[in-house]
Amino acid sequence: MKAMKLSALLLAGVLGLAACSSSPTSSSSTASTGVGSSSKITIAVITHGDGGSFWSVAKKGAEDAGKAMGVTVNYQESNNDPQKQAQLIEAAVTAGVQGIAVSASNPDAIKDALARAKAAGIPIVTLNSGSTVYKQLGAITHVGQDEEVAGEGAGEQLKNAGAKKLLCVIHEQNNVGLQSRCAGAAKTFGGSVEDFQVTGTSDPTKTANEIAAKLQADTSIDAVLALNPDIAMAAVEAISTAGSSAKLATFDLSGDAVKAIESGKILFAVDQQQYLQGYLPVVFLTLYNRNANTVGGGLPVMTGPGFVTKDNAAKVAALATAGTR
Amino acid sequence: MSTTTQSPPAVDERLARTSALTRMMRRPEVGALIGAAVVFVLFTVFDTTGKFASLDGVARWSDSAATIGIVAVAVALLMIGGEFDLSAGVMVGSSGLFLGLLVTKAGMPIWPAIVLTLVFAAAVGALNGWLVTKTRLPSFIVTLATFFSLQGINLGLTKALTGTVRVSGIDQGAGFDSARAVFATDFWDPYKFRVSVIWWIVMTIGATWTLTRARFGNWIFAAGGDANAARNAGVPVARTKIILFMGTAVSAAMVGIMTALRLRSVQAGQGVGQEFTFIIAAVVGGTLLTGGFGSAIGAMIGASIIGMAFIGIAFAGWNTDWSFLFLGLILFMAVMVNMFISRRASGGRR
Repeated sequence: MKAMKLSALLLAGVLGLAACSSSPTSSSSTASTGVGSSSKITIAVITHGDGGSFWSVAKKGAEDAGKAMGVTVNYQESNNDPQKQAQLIEAAVTAGVQGIAVSASNPDAIKDALARAKAAGIPIVTLNSGSTVYKQLGAITHVGQDEEVAGEGAGEQLKNAGAKKLLCVIHEQNNVGLQSRCAGAAKTFGGSVEDFQVTGTSDPTKTANEIAAKLQADTSIDAVLALNPDIAMAAVEAISTAGSSAKLATFDLSGDAVKAIESGKILFAVDQQQYLQGYLPVVFLTLYNRNANTVGGGLPVMTGPGFVTKDNAAKVAALATAGTR
Repeated sequence: MSTTTQSPPAVDERLARTSALTRMMRRPEVGALIGAAVVFVLFTVFDTTGKFASLDGVARWSDSAATIGIVAVAVALLMIGGEFDLSAGVMVGSSGLFLGLLVTKAGMPIWPAIVLTLVFAAAVGALNGWLVTKTRLPSFIVTLATFFSLQGINLGLTKALTGTVRVSGIDQGAGFDSARAVFATDFWDPYKFRVSVIWWIVMTIGATWTLTRARFGNWIFAAGGDANAARNAGVPVARTKIILFMGTAVSAAMVGIMTALRLRSVQAGQGVGQEFTFIIAAVVGGTLLTGGFGSAIGAMIGASIIGMAFIGIAFAGWNTDWSFLFLGLILFMAVMVNMFISRRASGGRR
């Protein structure tokens, strides 16, 4: 009897949670800009994200766009598993959505699933990764930044700051985009660049220890480039633990990272405005459905690189803490 | 269903006849099946697309379930035999990478590379089994060590040989199309079921036949129930366990090959984290963690529940922030239902 009661309680719990949580992602507003059909539109946004501080901002962008445009946004992420991403795309095609926005970090893996979407007449926009392959995947356009170009910008800035040896901290095993950033930085930096693999955002303490150990072992490192704001905060701790005077720069923003820029702990952040990477694809796909508009003219839509330094950090500080930058 | 002593005339419970229904309910699979039915109904109710309960939906979640189920069946057999294999997840990645490197770096055609990959997996499985039986260390520890070693080798070797964290270009290998047709294609338009589902069903049938009809199946139950008594009764326990470890490694290699052929590339971190999913599928299906009891069909049902949950959550449009919580609750519920049914059916305390 106890097991029965416990199961019933659990079932009620699951139902309750489902009821509470199903509202934020769907929008029932039909008070949209009434051009064209106002029938129900669902956009599936399927990224390779991990739910961390970077992707939460992109998700917020997609959800805000859904509210603004009066469409339902179904955001799913595959946590860097390309097979899961392919399965989610196929599920979206089966569900009959009106638009699919994907991050193409592994274009080969999702090629077939996207071909199926195209065959079903579903428009596709790529975001964040895939700036060189989006046309082969059948996408209308790509919303993001060119990782190599962004890396080059970061390398240039660090060279101007006078650094001679750079440690490029790679926190994800499976992300070719991160490799591109380090490769881009290596092109323009001028000095020597070393790629350094760490545990990642799943264990910031361990990551901080790994970076500190490296800095203590090699005292000639005078610049550290993190590729994620949470990793940058771990690097801040690592630099003070190791007693190093290395300069720190990062990719992407978070509330803490902006505060660190204001206090001078981080030199600059390369901002790709991932809020836009979630927001714009939803807008583009909705307009394609309602008004047959295509954006980009055959070229990608760039959301970065922007550089946030001590001079302009104050403007974005509050927004970063609110989770929209 | 507590035994009564006041119903006239008093029947000795050992002579009492049990109804066919009760006998059926005592099987480990029935509880899991009812759990699966509850999960199916739950997601059909919350479905926003109207497709979950249709063949379209079945095609999608069976795809998700097959890649878990193929390894879960082998893991269930190993668990019945009394051991754990924590390296099964990373083995999926290792075998995919091995295949990819043979094809792209050594220029081998796909079919010989597949055979070599299966041999490699069998060798790793045999190593696991030999270490466990020789050192008598808990298999949890031995396979954990294998897991970490393989994870490091995956990343280090991939980076050293390709300079990136991914092996791509597998579709350039000779024989790719024919291999794909066998391991990674889909069938039955317009639903598009994946061929991995067929492999999954065939392997489950094979495993069930082995457990119930073959002498080897008896040996598995014996080795898991009481290894010493089994040895004394003449069961080759060490050989049985080594074969079971080879089984999990080879089934993981099958999934690795299917993944590599489907996605045309393999990432260095592929499969890491999946090992517990396989164990969960086996346990939800009625296999005991202590060994000696379980079923392959139960593991199939467990994998189906996980597949349904994954696709069901996507179809229901639930907030993904909570998805792991849902998964945990659903799995807990499925196990509770399973335990409740089997306890009631076997006449145990309420």
